Amino acid sequence: MDHSTHARVDQPLTPLETRLAALRGGAAARNMDARALAALAANPGCDRRAVLDAAGVDKAALATRLGSPATFGQSPFAITRGLVFERRLRAERCAELVALLRTELLPEATAQSPVEVPDLLPSEGPAVRAARTRVALAEATANAAAGRAWTLLDRPLLRLDVAGSTVSLEPDAIVIGPDGRWTVVEIKSFPILDGSADPTKVGAAARQAAVYVLALRTTAAALDAAAATAQIGPGLVHPRPGTGPAARPHPSGASADVPGADVPRAAAHAAADAVGSGLSPADATTPAAPRLPTAVGLPSAATSASAATPGAGAVAAGGTASGGPEAALPAGAAAHASPYAEPVGLAAAVRTTGLLVCPRDFSNVAVAAPLDLRKQLAVTRRQLARMTRIETLLAALPETVRLDEAPEAVDTLAHAYAPECLAACELAFHCRTQARAAGAVEVLGRGVRGELGSLTTVEAALEATAGDGALARAARLREEALAR
Amino acid sequence: MTTLPTPAASPSPGEQADAAVAAILASALHGGERGTVVDSPPGAGKSTLVVKAARELVVTGERLMIVAQTNSQVDDLVDRLAQADPGLAVGRLHGSDALPGEIAMRHPGVVASTKVADLRELPVVVATAAKWQWVKDTDPWHHAIVDEAYQMRSDALLAVARLFERALFVGDPGQLDPFSIVGTDDWAGLHHDPSQSAVVTLLAHNPGIVPHRLPVSWRLPASAAPLVSDAFYPFTPFRAGTEPGDRLLELGPATPPPPPGLAPSLARAADEVLDVAAESGWGLLELPARLTVRTDPEAVAAVAAVVARLLARGGETRSERGSAPVDAGRIAVGTAHRDQAAAVRGALAALGVTDVTVDTANRLQGREYDVTVVLHPLSGRPDATAFHLETGRLCVLASRHRHACIVVTRAGIPELLDAHPSTEPVQLGVVSKFPDGWEANHAVLEHLRRHRVAAR
Amino acid sequence: MSLLTTLARLEAVRAGVAQPLATVRHRHLAERPFVLVPLAAAGETGAPLAVLLGQDRENPRLLTVPQPLDRDLRFAFLARLGDELLPYLESFGADVELLERSVKDPESGEKTVEVRELCADAPQLVVPNPGAMELLGLVGRSTRFRRTAEDVDPGPYPVPARVPLLGRWLTHLSERSNVPGSSLLLPLTTTLSRHWATGQSSLEDAHLGALLAWIAPPPGERGERAASRAENGRDERGRLLVPPAGPATDPAFDSLLLSPAVTRYDAARAAQDERLTRARAEEIDALLESVLLPVWHQVWQGVDLLRTLPPAAHVVERWESDRWSYTGHRDRVAAGEPPQPLRDDAVTAARKLAQREREQVRLDLEEALDDPLAMAEHRLAGQAFAGEVVEVLPAYDTSGRSPKPRPLVTVRTEDRPHLDPGGEVHRAAGPAAQRAELVQLDAEAGLLTLRLLSGMGRKKEPEPGTVPEAGEQVCFTLFELSARQSAPLPEPEDTPWTHGGPPR
Repeated sequence: MDHSTHARVDQPLTPLETRLAALRGGAAARNMDARALAALAANPGCDRRAVLDAAGVDKAALATRLGSPATFGQSPFAITRGLVFERRLRAERCAELVALLRTELLPEATAQSPVEVPDLLPSEGPAVRAARTRVALAEATANAAAGRAWTLLDRPLLRLDVAGSTVSLEPDAIVIGPDGRWTVVEIKSFPILDGSADPTKVGAAARQAAVYVLALRTTAAALDAAAATAQIGPGLVHPRPGTGPAARPHPSGASADVPGADVPRAAAHAAADAVGSGLSPADATTPAAPRLPTAVGLPSAATSASAATPGAGAVAAGGTASGGPEAALPAGAAAHASPYAEPVGLAAAVRTTGLLVCPRDFSNVAVAAPLDLRKQLAVTRRQLARMTRIETLLAALPETVRLDEAPEAVDTLAHAYAPECLAACELAFHCRTQARAAGAVEVLGRGVRGELGSLTTVEAALEATAGDGALARAARLREEALAR
Repeated sequence: MTTLPTPAASPSPGEQADAAVAAILASALHGGERGTVVDSPPGAGKSTLVVKAARELVVTGERLMIVAQTNSQVDDLVDRLAQADPGLAVGRLHGSDALPGEIAMRHPGVVASTKVADLRELPVVVATAAKWQWVKDTDPWHHAIVDEAYQMRSDALLAVARLFERALFVGDPGQLDPFSIVGTDDWAGLHHDPSQSAVVTLLAHNPGIVPHRLPVSWRLPASAAPLVSDAFYPFTPFRAGTEPGDRLLELGPATPPPPPGLAPSLARAADEVLDVAAESGWGLLELPARLTVRTDPEAVAAVAAVVARLLARGGETRSERGSAPVDAGRIAVGTAHRDQAAAVRGALAALGVTDVTVDTANRLQGREYDVTVVLHPLSGRPDATAFHLETGRLCVLASRHRHACIVVTRAGIPELLDAHPSTEPVQLGVVSKFPDGWEANHAVLEHLRRHRVAAR
Repeated sequence: MSLLTTLARLEAVRAGVAQPLATVRHRHLAERPFVLVPLAAAGETGAPLAVLLGQDRENPRLLTVPQPLDRDLRFAFLARLGDELLPYLESFGADVELLERSVKDPESGEKTVEVRELCADAPQLVVPNPGAMELLGLVGRSTRFRRTAEDVDPGPYPVPARVPLLGRWLTHLSERSNVPGSSLLLPLTTTLSRHWATGQSSLEDAHLGALLAWIAPPPGERGERAASRAENGRDERGRLLVPPAGPATDPAFDSLLLSPAVTRYDAARAAQDERLTRARAEEIDALLESVLLPVWHQVWQGVDLLRTLPPAAHVVERWESDRWSYTGHRDRVAAGEPPQPLRDDAVTAARKLAQREREQVRLDLEEALDDPLAMAEHRLAGQAFAGEVVEVLPAYDTSGRSPKPRPLVTVRTEDRPHLDPGGEVHRAAGPAAQRAELVQLDAEAGLLTLRLLSGMGRKKEPEPGTVPEAGEQVCFTLFELSARQSAPLPEPEDTPWTHGGPPR
């Protein structure tokens, strides 16, 4: 193992990490699991959820302490069934999974090429596991280049910066093919029946996989940087986007060479905006910088800004790496780059098509289906870039609060309850009670707000039925119809 | 054949477009596949191509049927054909409850009928897909042209495909998709999903067909093509046919006093955003953030103010086509909903403005103006539904102009988007439609922010 | 959601009880429906765990699979389900009406009279929710292709003879349930939600217990509280007070009670102790019945609630479509046709889509005509208006050979239709279909003057009763009041090249 990575692992906790650990009351941080990722996608603008997930708080336990336990739970039958399915896939060094991936990813590659399933030290702590995963990725890529071998990383651990705080992610598997390309594999227990599957579940799986791709790009960029320092050079890897079946689902995988039109004038406009909005000049050179209460740049553009003004721009997929995968892009090009553009360097080895592995029809036999993740990647990247930084959100909480002792302190964090939360967040019942107590119309559904305009409470809306607007007309019509 | 000869020097837009058209015509007439598909971004000369292809096919002595999607599209097409070749006899097949438009029937060579038998022997017959579906007891045509093919549903093509042997499909993949009023999950992922676009079905069943692309937008100015291309056509980029500076919008001075009924402060803001748009091609008139009902009176008033000031100041557009005054016929207002369009019409009438086209995105598809004023679909909304996030809607609204586009909106849309994340379901086996509406809305707003004028 | 529905939900919040969304019942409800409450085995796709079923609310039948992973037990269960269900489904096949229609021979062009059978009534299955419907569809999918011992080549795992037939019926019912307005297979939550607005979101309405808690809260209790208890109130052992309406069971129930019981059952079976095995199976039966019975009663309570509403006028017509659907399937089974294919070919898919779209338009129209609350939606949207006739002036079209009546009718309304002079409107609930055009509009006074264009007979003077009189209440819509015919599609064997040619 590369000892340089160990040195990084043993770094002391940052002040933010210390604060978040205290919030958990010393309990171990939970990984950003599937449900937390779904909650993130379903409600990225919820401060309460953002802080709890960043801290890795056990939200189910918190909900119980708050007196509104979540109803999530998995039947032992489903767990058994899922375990049987996964165990079968992973048995004998993932033989069945590998066979499936071979046919799905590179059917023309020889079935004889060897398969490596390195030990990823699953019983270690997250820092060690993340470092081990990084090394394994480098080795796998080198192996692929040298000997056309397959490598399957079984439950690797990835790190990703979310709103300025590092979270741990545990994809089911990552496969590195003999073509040097990395593919995220999602194993799910819902079936693919006659070629189709529950679209809601597939959508959630795609969003989850997109987060893993972003984390992988970060890791790849870090490996690039390490290689540059070690003067090994990027010749280590030869990802070949556009070859093999990997490129098949895309009409054209490559990004457009986009003319960087009217950047100077745009920058001038942005600079003018910045004077009024309190953005630093460094941000103003980023024409695309959105205006947010906290200065947050676009992932693509912010990398250059963050280098100049540390802490000013959140790097979506920056993490602990020395720069985002887009760091190599010239700032000017980044301003107009398509959100669907492929990154450069080793990060381009990460395929934007993930693989979904599910039971087929009514059987226990596995089947794989490709998932085009490009939309989810573009969306997730922007969502992460737009999130308010955790430090800013934490300001609302008392400095020394421990949620295991004072669970109600969570209420100082603003929630953004919507009925969709009920399916994704353990705290939803608690937030619903608060939203109902406040008379918020959101408890009736997000769509309800669209009908009510500026009327945000049930009371205000009902008062408006006495007025002269559309609600009043609706009330008259209702009354007339019901009177008959 | 799709490969074009690559000259040493990079070809001019005109050369690129000509080469593309030549390849398309060769494929439609003699290609090995029965179908030819042409993807055309906004203003890339789709209508010109259809007219040109129609005339070339007619010259071969073959009779031709043309399928369009709406009656007004059919009338437009008939009008263009007759203008291009007054000697050409064109049949206008129509339903008994949809009489052909004046614009089509003003040409002596155009014959209208509800019965295909009356028109069968004419060189060209044009009708909507809905009308063609009912045509029976006739031998198939050798050639067909299907216009706005991306807006045609797969089941409509299934019903009319028996009428022709070969076909040229032309359309804009970036505009609004066809839809159904019922759930269609039963067929998601099938090649022949009846609710999807006809082109998607055609390509899935005929993998040998490689879509051609018209690479140059002649409508969109150099200030707009890159944004529209990036935001809405991420994998099929196009360029503007003109260079920066080729298109000029010179407004008259902001001296005429605003009419009664137009607040001076609003008039000033309108003048300011018009100046910004005249110079840069884009303008964003931003009202203070507020949640409103759909027909937000202040936003409607702001839209009307911009149009009224533009007409009051007058001015001139200069382009490769020469100079022309900015008049009501060259201006359009676009909205998401019909009641919004009605409200804008009312506000304009109150300011004494008539003759300006005010319509929804659906109805503005395929249209072209010098200046457009757009009420942003998300302005003032407390929620962002799939309807409002549909990429095609924003794409249509942002790509109708030759000179400038002014968007009127409430502040706060980025925050609204943040609160309404994109959590689209995903169907296995269905080709994703790009780009993502949520992301594209962010991208366009980010660009527009550079041309922002605040209204109070 | 429409503004009127939103308003109803707001009112429900204020009142603490659900508010009406309909003045009539828009779905057919059989006198004695067949209620079916199925449970699925967690983690197994389409694997049934239990079902409580029957037409007698006092005496439901319970069927269970004590070990859901055992395929023999599963198919034995399905055979028993077939024994219960098939006689009911088939019982409507014998009583038929004979209908005549004239058909033209495509070859000779000669017209002949064809007599067709239409079953006088059809079965109706009521299930708690769309999830139950989906489960039945999955069972249909997993069984309709199975081979039986009676087949020429029974294969390695033949199933009891009636199981594939049950699969075909379930497939048909679940297929039919996708047609808007159909009622052969009725999911209760969806049907109740069509008729009542609760003070919670539509996502929460999917929980039958919570929905009923809002529609009929216990005396003295507000819907919100009752619904909350129905959702996640638990007893001291951690079991839900109100068991979920399925098809998924409460995970806590699975781990605390069901899983240990299944383990005990397996052990008894492994020991080949028949008596003990039977006792263990009975324990499982008792457990499952304990979570199914409350739902069973909820379903009947829901049926009772629906019955409090009088049936809408067009329900009978739509039920006739259901009867046609039933008759058609009866005939296909009798003709020995193969089971429904896995996926639709291009033509079948297009036909089904056309049918569903046509039926959706028809349903919307009929609901608006039957129910003033549904029409109110259109009036609020500016697509219809209602009011009192204030003046009728006789007028005539004299352009033709003989003059035709074109009376001018002025209506006073508070509605604001999106209508300009020259625009066409259609009279709702008139004596016959009647078109009119707007002649003049006085928006301030709310006066619309219409010229009636049709529906007045062929004579110079309108037939009596065809023209509304002053003082009469009228309603006009901007949309046509009948669904358009769908365009013809080719036969599957004529599928064109654009759609891959004829199916292979």
